[in-house]
Formats: sequence, structure tokens, C-alpha cells
Amino acid sequence: MIVVEDIHVTFGRGTPLEKHALRGVDLTIPEGEFVTVIGSNGAGKSTFLGSLAGDVLAEQGRIAIDGADVTRWDTPRRAGLVARVFQDPMAGSCAALTIEENMALAAARGRRRGLALALGGERRKGFRDRIAALGLGLENRLHDRMGLLSGGQRQAVSLLMATLAGSKILLLDEHTAALDPATADFVLDLTRRIVRDNRLTTLMVTHSMRQALDYGDRTLMLHEGRVVLDVAGDERAGLDVPHLLALFAKQRGGVEISDDSLLIG
Amino acid sequence: MSEIALFGAIEIGLVYALVAIGVYLSFRILDFPDLTVDGSFPLGAAVCAVLLIAGVNPWLASLAAALAGAAAGLVTATLNVRFKILHLLASILTMIALFSVNLRVMGRPNVALLMQDTVLTPFYGLGVPDHIVRPLVVGAIVAVVVALLARFLGSEFGLAMRATGVNARMARAQGVDTDAHIYAGIALSNGLTGLAGALFAQTNGFADVTTGIGTIVVGLAAVIVGETVLPARALALALVGCVAGSILYRLAVQVALSADSIGLQASDLNLVTAVLVAVALILPRLKAKARSTRVAR
Ligand SMILES: Nc1ncnc2c1ncn2[C@@H]1O[C@H](COP(=O)(O)OP(=O)(O)O)[C@@H](O)[C@H]1O
Ligand SMILES: [Mg+2]
Repeated sequence: MIVVEDIHVTFGRGTPLEKHALRGVDLTIPEGEFVTVIGSNGAGKSTFLGSLAGDVLAEQGRIAIDGADVTRWDTPRRAGLVARVFQDPMAGSCAALTIEENMALAAARGRRRGLALALGGERRKGFRDRIAALGLGLENRLHDRMGLLSGGQRQAVSLLMATLAGSKILLLDEHTAALDPATADFVLDLTRRIVRDNRLTTLMVTHSMRQALDYGDRTLMLHEGRVVLDVAGDERAGLDVPHLLALFAKQRGGVEISDDSLLIG
Repeated sequence: MSEIALFGAIEIGLVYALVAIGVYLSFRILDFPDLTVDGSFPLGAAVCAVLLIAGVNPWLASLAAALAGAAAGLVTATLNVRFKILHLLASILTMIALFSVNLRVMGRPNVALLMQDTVLTPFYGLGVPDHIVRPLVVGAIVAVVVALLARFLGSEFGLAMRATGVNARMARAQGVDTDAHIYAGIALSNGLTGLAGALFAQTNGFADVTTGIGTIVVGLAAVIVGETVLPARALALALVGCVAGSILYRLAVQVALSADSIGLQASDLNLVTAVLVAVALILPRLKAKARSTRVAR
């Protein structure tokens, strides 16, 4: 469960480039809910996920995860509670390390790292079984460097890595945006499966309204640092992309916008 | 090359192998260009020499030298991590400061070790000539360091340190306290360098504040030579490569200096080494450029 109370984030405070990126976000996300997040470029989606993960600290407001007040916690400290997959397939893993080394890193998330071997025999076997379940044939490439994998393979492994340490919250920031459509579909299906099997509380930022409505239980729209739309259940089931666009236009004061302007970024 | 010169080159190569491993840790594993070694090497030599003269056990004196080097590394890491000073500049500041510190430690620019016991003393007079005993003992120490370090880098903590250097953002997202790993890695790097300084003092019989000049370049040269002759992906092999690179570098220097026809003097060493490292750094770029222009056509 995530509770966000009136958080504000300002970049470059006091400079000419000052940017009030989050302007009072209030939200409660119950355990196990799968939330999709949309919004135009610069709306504050990444900043919002970053503020949950600890990359940016809210200057005002409160964030609680599973009952713990994490408002002042930095990223490494929150990592035990929160797993992430980034947009850039290069960002979420270490290209120069092997697949199994990346998995070992993720498996120790939120734990104290000591002098025990990162890759003991038992653990290797566990990793092999887990990665075999992806159905990508990667179980025979555990010693390959991560950098040798394709973008889609890297995102798939990153998703798997997100489940290795048993954290219950998954943050996905346009994790399929850098992939070709077929690969993106594969990764999305994998996402759905992993979220369901591990009962993860998930926030998924996407640039596709279609995806936002097709996946998950609830959809948020961010605009200029605020949540301007929050739909779930029947209301959401009745929504279509044109409806969503119309709702969005209304929020902006009746200005007509095309799907594209929302898609960019 | 005479037999004495050959073993001498191997011996000094083994001493500097510890520097090479330290440089590999900072430059390659942590991606932290650290020049502190120019100060931590003579610091290790100074601390060890002064303690030996005070009658301290040579192993304890060597350990103290390593700890002093590690402390110097911590200063550099603090300047960078805590106070956000660029890593190169942070390390130059520490290096310059250490020049004064080393003079203070020794009380004068150089200290001779004449009758003091060293870690080598127990092994002299066992029937093996002294000039072979020295590389054997230093080699054994280097072997132990390589084994321990390979094991350390394979641990969960060591893996997190490697991730810190490769992709700090990812490491943090995986719960790695990257700052702590930079502190630990730079301390370890300079600790090894301090130990190298201690061994230098004990094998050569003196400590001198000027011996530090160019340590970083020699260490880098050894790393680069090692990567060329042993282009290994496996970490343990890469460490062995540092050792091999350091020895090969010293042998090459010895050959160059002993070939009268080239006309090089010992004092030309820094110039030759700097040119070698520069060429080694430039070559990959030129190759890549040549490749891309070929593709462009
Ligand atoms: N590190 C940063 N420094 C300064 N401004 C930033 C930074 N990160 C984001 N911003 C600004 O904050 C706003 C929100 O950005 P972001 O959260 O990345 O938007 P989105 O992910 O919705 O496209 C944008 O105007 C962006 O330029
Ligand atoms: Mg974004």
C-alpha cells in the first residue's frame, strides 16, 4: 500500500529555471493494485515515480509505503520496498556484468551485502530456473554479459530482477517505449504475468492511452504536476481512448488536443 | 641483461603489481580516476620505514603502511563524495598534501634502512641467493593479495562495488549504498598502494619522498600492458593481468635501459612511461576512427 499526501517537488529552486514539477499529489494505492499513468510530456510522471523511489525527495508532503514513513529515505534505503524498470534498457542493468551477476545484485536488494559469495551453487541454480521460466532461452546464457542482450531481452530480465528480492511495489517508467511494437507487446504481457503472479502493487507510466486502459485496474492522468484524472472500476471500463482525450481536453479548459500531443515523450 | 638485473626487474614489477591492482580497482572497477597513489605509495614507504626504525615488527609496520594508504584514500573519497569535488582534483589535493605529510612522517626527505629487520629477513640465508629471495617473498604476498581480492570481488559486497562503477543509478535502485562502496574501494586501492610502498622500502632499503612521482602512470602502464597481453573478462584473470603487466613493463624498461644503442638513462623513465601510456590511450580511439571512416565510405 502506498499513501501519498500532498507532495510537492521543485527543481532548480531559486534559479531562473525553477520548475514546480509536482504540485500537490494526493493518492492512496491499495495493496496489489495495478495503476497505469498517462500525461503529456513534462507532466511530472517520471518525477512522481522518482519521488516514490527516492530519487527526488518531496520538499513538502508525506509518502508512506506499507505503513513506513519513507518521505526522507534515499533511494538505496527504499530499494528494499520498491523495484523498478526504466525506460532505457541500458539503465536498469549493468551491461558489463553477466546476467547472473545482475540477478545476484537484484536478489540482494534491501538486504545487507556481506562477504558471502554472490553466486554460490544453490543460487545459480535458482537463477537458472527463474530465467528459464521467461521462455527466452536465456538459461544457457547466464555467463553472458548483459550488454550482449537485445533491448527486449534486457527489459524482460529487468522485470524478472524486480521480483527476486520479494519487494511488493513495482515502478515501470515507459519500460516498453524503447522497444519495437512486437517486443513491446511481449514485455507488456510478461509484465502482466509477473504483476499477477507476485501480487505486486504496480505503477506503470505509458505513452499509449490504449495500453493505459487495457492494462491494470486504475488509470491516472497527470497534468502540470497534478493528478487531473483518476478512474477505476466501471467508470474506467466504460472509457475509450476518445473519451479519455475528451476528458483530458476538458481538464485543460476545453482546448482540443490530438492523441499525438499526449503520446509524445 | 644480467641475471641480477632480470630478477631485479621482476622484483620491482611485483612490488608495483600491488599499485597496478589498486589502479585497476579505482580506474577500471569504480571508474574513479584517482591520482592519490602518487602520495600513498611514498606514505606507505615512510610509515613502514619509520616504524621499522622504531623497532616495530615488520609485518605490523607493513600493515600500518597499508592502513595509512587507506586513510589517504578515504580523504580523497570524502572530498569527492561528501564535498562534491571532482575526483581528479580531489585526488590531486590529497596527493599534494601527502607530500608534506610524508616529510613530517619521516622528519627528513629520506630514511635509510640499514640493519633493521624486514619481512624479508627470515628468508635470507636459507641457501637461496638474496636477489631471488626478494621476488619470491614479494611474489608470495602478491599472490595472497590477488587471491583475497578475487574472492572479495566475487562477494555480494564486491559485486555491489563493481555495479557502483558500471551503473551507479542502477546500483542505487538495487539498494546499493554507492557512496559507501566508493569509500571502501578507494580506501582499498590506496591501502594496496601503501602496502606496495612498504614493500618498496623493505626491498630497496630506503624511503624517499620523491619515489611517489609518476606512481599513477606506472600503475596505469601496468594495467594497460596487462589488458593487452591478457584480455580477460573474468575478474581473477584481470587481476593476474595486472601483475603480469607490471612485470612485463619493468622487463621492457630494463631492456630499453640496458640497450646502450638507444641511449636512454634511468631518468628518462617517466618520459618513456608517459609516452607509452599516452599511446596506449590514443590507439583505441584512432582504431575506432579508422573503422568509422571506412564504414562512412
Ligand atoms: N532533474 C531535473 N532538473 C530540472 N528539471 C527537471 C528535472 N527532471 C524533470 N524536470 C522538469 O520537470 C518537469 C516534469 O518532468 P518529468 O517528470 O520528467 O515529466 P514526464 O515524465 O511526465 O514527461 C519537466 O518540465 C522537466 O523539464
Ligand atoms: Mg518521463
